[in-house]
Formats: sequence, C-alpha cells, structure tokens
Amino acid sequence: MATSTYNLIANQVVGSGGASSVVFSSIPTTYTDLLIKCSTRTTYTGGSSGLYIVFNSINTGYSDIVVYGNGSTVSSYKDTNQAIVNAGASQNSASTANTFASTDIYIPNYLSSNYKSLSGETSVENNAAYTGTYIFFNAGVMANTAAISSITLTADASFVQYSTFYLYGIKNS
Amino acid sequence: MADVIEVNCETGEVTTRPQTDEEIAAAKAAAAQAEADAKAKADADAAIAKAKASAQAKLAALGLTADEVAALVG
Repeated sequence: MATSTYNLIANQVVGSGGASSVVFSSIPTTYTDLLIKCSTRTTYTGGSSGLYIVFNSINTGYSDIVVYGNGSTVSSYKDTNQAIVNAGASQNSASTANTFASTDIYIPNYLSSNYKSLSGETSVENNAAYTGTYIFFNAGVMANTAAISSITLTADASFVQYSTFYLYGIKNS
Repeated sequence: MADVIEVNCETGEVTTRPQTDEEIAAAKAAAAQAEADAKAKADADAAIAKAKASAQAKLAALGLTADEVAALVG
C-alpha cells in the first residue's frame, strides 16, 4: 500500500518590525501538493483585511471567487485577471487585540504543466461573541503553467508581529 | 510598509530585505484589490439586505405576523 508524506518544509513567525510580505523561495520539487497554514493579523484600517498570494513573482493572470458568511448572511464576489490571487482573510487592526485569523490554503499539483489552482478557508474571529466573526472560502487560479518554486504571501497592509506561516509538502506515493 | 521576510526552503536561510519594485507594485495591487473587494462585499451585503427588507415587507403585506416573517426571513 502506498504511503503519503506530510512534512513541514519551512515556517516563519513575523518579528517585532512586522512584514509587508512573507516569501517561501526555492520550494523543493519532491512533493505533489502544498499546504500553507497561517495565522494573520495586519495593520489594515480600511475594513476587512485580505490575504493574497503571488506565485513565482508573476503579477498577472489571477482569478478568484470568494464566498463568505457571518452566520446570518452569505455573500460572494469574484476577481478576474488580477495581479494577485485572493486566498483568504486576515484580522484587521480594528479587531480585538491579539486576535488572529486562521487560514488553510491548499495548492494541488504545484509542479504540473497545468494552470495552478488553490483553495482557501479562513476563520476570522474577534473573540467577542459573534461580532466580527466570519468564515471565508476562496477558490483561485493562476493562468500560468510554470511549476511553483516560490510563494509570496501578502496583504493590504503589513503583517503584525506573531503572524505565523507554515508551509507543508504532501506527497501522494 | 515593513520589510519582506524571505525563507529559502532549500537552505533554511531567512533574510529580511526591502521590497523590490515588483513587490511594491504587488502591494499596491493588493491594496487596490482590497478596496475593490471591500466595495464588492459591501455591495453584495447591501443587495441582500435590500432584498430581505423587500421580502419582509411583501410578507407583512400578505398578513403574516412579525414573528412569522422573522421565522421565514430572519
């Protein structure tokens, strides 16, 4: 019976100076899929804070769909042919202190010669009953067939200290 | 904006550096997209609220009580 592997490739915890983005470069080619688990909060003050990805420093050809809900309403929107792909959400600066959004981003077949897709799910919780609590589901694609060797995670403002990013490799063999 | 943290997965080396021109452009794109997404989100929420209010008014006009309308539309 074939066995799968699920290994931590790299991780990063943002330090006291914050970070405009976190880049995982020279990603090994020994896995089938990638999984990113992150806990993010930003300095954004304009409302909901995003979580975006750029593959291989390519800033074109991304499309995505976002479905989100807060327990009473569910909405969705889409973006087409953007410079970045919407992969999740982050806690913003107006949220309860020290709260962070939790996101899982799955990137299947990152070495294939097809367009690169991702799925993301985020829980934004404000540690204040249901106020400010959301769940986001994201589906995205990059219209480029290159194997993914680097992933840049960014937002609409800087990530604050203690935002964390874990990159895992999954091998289906 | 703060610096970029880059983790080399092959060597494990972590470097902190200023944003490149491409990354600055991507950050601006992220900010613009966030603004557009926020507007799309607000528009979607407003459309749902408007439809909900309209449905509630129509149900009330049919003779449903407030509790009955709330049970149906929330």
